[in-house]
Amino acid sequence: MKIIEIIISGLNIGVIYAMIALGYTMVYGIAKLLNFAHGDIIMVGGYAICVFCAMSGSRTFFFVSIVAAVIICTVLGIVVERVAYRPLRGATPIAVLITAIGISYLLQSLAQIIFGSAQRYVTVPDLGKIMIGSLGIKWSTIITLAASVIVMVSLSLFVKYSRIGRAMIAVSEDRGASQLMGINVNIIITITFAIGSALAALAGLFYLLQSPYITNTFGAMPGIKAFTAAVIGGIGSIPGAMIGSLVLGLIESICDTIVPIAPYKDAIEFSILIIILLVKPTGLLGKVRREKV
Amino acid sequence: MALLKVTDLHVYYGVIHAIKGISFEVNEGEIVTLIGANGAGKTTTMQSVIGLIHPTSGTVEYDGKTITNMPPHKIVRMGMTQVPERRRIFSELTVAENLLMGAYTEKDKAKIKNSMDEIFELFPRLLERKNQIAGTLSGGEQQMLAMGRAMMTHPRLLMLDEPSMGLSPLLVDQVFSMIKKFHENGTTILLVEQNANKSLAISDRAYVLETGRIIMSGTGAELTESDDIKRAYLGG
Repeated sequence: MKIIEIIISGLNIGVIYAMIALGYTMVYGIAKLLNFAHGDIIMVGGYAICVFCAMSGSRTFFFVSIVAAVIICTVLGIVVERVAYRPLRGATPIAVLITAIGISYLLQSLAQIIFGSAQRYVTVPDLGKIMIGSLGIKWSTIITLAASVIVMVSLSLFVKYSRIGRAMIAVSEDRGASQLMGINVNIIITITFAIGSALAALAGLFYLLQSPYITNTFGAMPGIKAFTAAVIGGIGSIPGAMIGSLVLGLIESICDTIVPIAPYKDAIEFSILIIILLVKPTGLLGKVRREKV
Repeated sequence: MALLKVTDLHVYYGVIHAIKGISFEVNEGEIVTLIGANGAGKTTTMQSVIGLIHPTSGTVEYDGKTITNMPPHKIVRMGMTQVPERRRIFSELTVAENLLMGAYTEKDKAKIKNSMDEIFELFPRLLERKNQIAGTLSGGEQQMLAMGRAMMTHPRLLMLDEPSMGLSPLLVDQVFSMIKKFHENGTTILLVEQNANKSLAISDRAYVLETGRIIMSGTGAELTESDDIKRAYLGG
């Protein structure tokens, strides 16, 4: 029973990381930039839910708050790309990186100005538990797992079989050649940011369902963890981000249950990142780009 | 009237003056070749024409409209396309998916299907390998795929950047006969080549490019007979 609990808890954390890691990995693969403001999009989504839930306690309004958070984050992601990153296309990677960190601080500071620095309680509804034998599983966990699986499967199908999805693969592989196909790279990058940010809003929601408190640095740690997961899986690879996240979630859950090492779980996770990169610098599913002449 | 007209084009890479004021034109229905050694500026010229590189000055006109500094995806939609140097196929996509990318601007599914059938008829090898990941194709097959991908939208002007590069003599012949076939089907061709012999043989006209300047131009036959060209490019 204990093992099943550990696995379920690990998968729960893992799929939340996956929601975030997908945003990192897709933006990196397609726009070739590390969007370190991605974690703060989660925070904005969290505050959006916080505000909308506070306006009304009813359950139907909770769903409205989810939709609102997704829309707000999507728009924010598009605006950030448009205002901060697009003017830097062709600039050195270090300039883009500093900009990303700047945007991250900007969003955190704005949240602090608007909502203050004290922790806020978010009135998400308590969905209760379901008992399977002696095993109690929270409904929020079931919803998180189910929703994440649906999102990941749909995203994979979208990338593989839709015209826009194929264009995303093409742009990530060769931007110039994609332009020769008539692909408007700017639009593809905008769509990528929109998808990544919408997923970040869902991640914010899933976090709040686990623990309904938020501060302006709410997204920082999940952002870094998910980035780690994306790198473990091989940054730029969509299945890599999913697998890396699940691996990281399970490790975290195992660490949590072993009392003596629980306080060191972050150190353990980041050490595993270093070890994996030493053994396989491209990450688990990352590929070395081969070129045939 | 010229289908493509390039006037006094200059391109700088930082401080390097790569293209020093070249002018040339391609008339509808012609095969025109730019020949020149490595580093003469052939690829830079091609990329400037289609908008992948922004020229410092000069104009590019296509079908009577100025397209200088237009983004490539808009230029491509006007009916001009390019088989880039080193083919640049999408190695993670399958052969069929690569062809679909070539038809990205076409929304009509039936037309896409027809184009794909045509390409498979021209290149039976691609049909055999339809669902294979393109990165696993041989160099010759990749060149066929790059050409097929470019022809998916039936462009009015097809530009090919060193299509014979790195191929065996047999495959080079195939590539040139395919270019002739495209031309017979009504496509205007702008070809960039180091293989002066083969390209001059199929060209109506040609320009010789040397360190960013056009140093000579004429019909394919004239240039083949020119002593300078023979000495510099034809090994005689």
